[in-house]
Amino acid sequence: MIHAVLHDAKDTVAVAVVEGIKAGTELTAWIMDEDKMIHVKAQQDIPIGHKVALKDMNVGDTVYKYGVDIGKVVAPIKAGDHAHVQNIKTKRW
Amino acid sequence: MAVISANTTFMGYRRDNGRVGVRNHVIVLPVDDISNAACEAVANNIKGTMALPHPYGRLQFGEDLELHFRTLIGTGSNPNVAAVIVIGIEEGWTKRVVDGIAATGKPVAGFSIELHGDHDTIMRASRKAKEFVHYATGLSRQECPISDLWVSTKCGESDTTSGCGGNPTVGNAFDKLYELGSTLVFGETSEITGGEHIVAQRCANDQVRERFMFMFDRYQDMINRWKTSDLSESQPTKGNIAGGLTTIEEKAMGNIQKIGKKCKVDGVLDKAETPTGKGLWFMDSSSAAAEMVTLCAASGFAVHFFPTGQGNVIGNPILPVIKICANPRTVRTMSEHIDVDTSALLQREIDLDQAGDKLLECMMATINGRWTAAEALGHREFVLTRLFESA
Repeated sequence: MIHAVLHDAKDTVAVAVVEGIKAGTELTAWIMDEDKMIHVKAQQDIPIGHKVALKDMNVGDTVYKYGVDIGKVVAPIKAGDHAHVQNIKTKRW
Repeated sequence: MAVISANTTFMGYRRDNGRVGVRNHVIVLPVDDISNAACEAVANNIKGTMALPHPYGRLQFGEDLELHFRTLIGTGSNPNVAAVIVIGIEEGWTKRVVDGIAATGKPVAGFSIELHGDHDTIMRASRKAKEFVHYATGLSRQECPISDLWVSTKCGESDTTSGCGGNPTVGNAFDKLYELGSTLVFGETSEITGGEHIVAQRCANDQVRERFMFMFDRYQDMINRWKTSDLSESQPTKGNIAGGLTTIEEKAMGNIQKIGKKCKVDGVLDKAETPTGKGLWFMDSSSAAAEMVTLCAASGFAVHFFPTGQGNVIGNPILPVIKICANPRTVRTMSEHIDVDTSALLQREIDLDQAGDKLLECMMATINGRWTAAEALGHREFVLTRLFESA
């Protein structure tokens, strides 16, 4: 089963595509552009459609998705964490 | 086998100006808010007509008034409309809308309420509306090439599955339609923020690129003028955030998947302007669903691709809106709204080419007459874009 998808091997977050991912689950994530699978362990519950971090990130780091900059880290993130508005913000506006 | 090819045809309504519609509406169009009641009364009297009430049209001026006229005239001129009754409070602006629509050669008649009152206006307009219904129902669908089809797109209540599933499905279908000479449009200027460099790279030439960046910068200036925060909960919306989208850049990257991988941006339109040639157009527009789809209808588009993640329920009075969704939870909980389920894409059970074809199969059925979910559910959101306060 594919638990999460990412677009580009450079991406630092992946999107949960199944419901009910619980902390501790070993996730299979599909890199769509390369048709390859990678694995990460969820450290928190990840609702469907929400993002899981694929690596540790520090405040000020750029977050990559689609292989491009989608914002900055505003609170430290560990691989497997739920990555969303509590730890990522826009660089615009 | 491909769903569409250069030989593909569909059964549409060819209008006097050569444009092809996929529906055959007789609409009763108010010039202004205070003419809604008369329009609704006419639509109630004469079966097969539809009133398009809206809240504007008084004391507007300048560019905002021009956009108002362009939207009303464009709506009446859309090839999905066979004939139009226009009702306004006074003669002048009513005539302006009638004359604009009459340029297409289709039947249109205007009525003004002052010096007559609602009763007399409704009676006269109803007589004409009945004639128009007989005219419209006497028309037949004719075989038309796929290159005569105009297709618009805009997504809504997006979530992260839109960017991975729903929007790339539209992109795949757009790439295929582009190759066959269809006329296409996308927009949502604020929702390009973070991906503007990618759209700029896709522009066909420097002139188009400059015009695109002018529209992009104009919208950014508007946002910067009025904002009181980083727009969180407005752009991305609260629904987007609930669906897992975090920043405008992330939302924008998902949004622009709709223009596929091969199409070039061939031209740029201001709001409700009509394309002057084939290919993919960018239209400066709000990212609010009903506003944008109303502008697409006013620009003359005949069918609309609307990918959604969390489940936007929008429709339009004259433009059939096809909903595409890749979020399995939304497909399960809101199935009556979804025309094309591409959730299998995210489990790698189908590929993008198959997802695009699934959408094109639904498109072919729709343009040949089958109703979309939004049409069956009665979604007729007609929402005019305003630029600033009335005088």
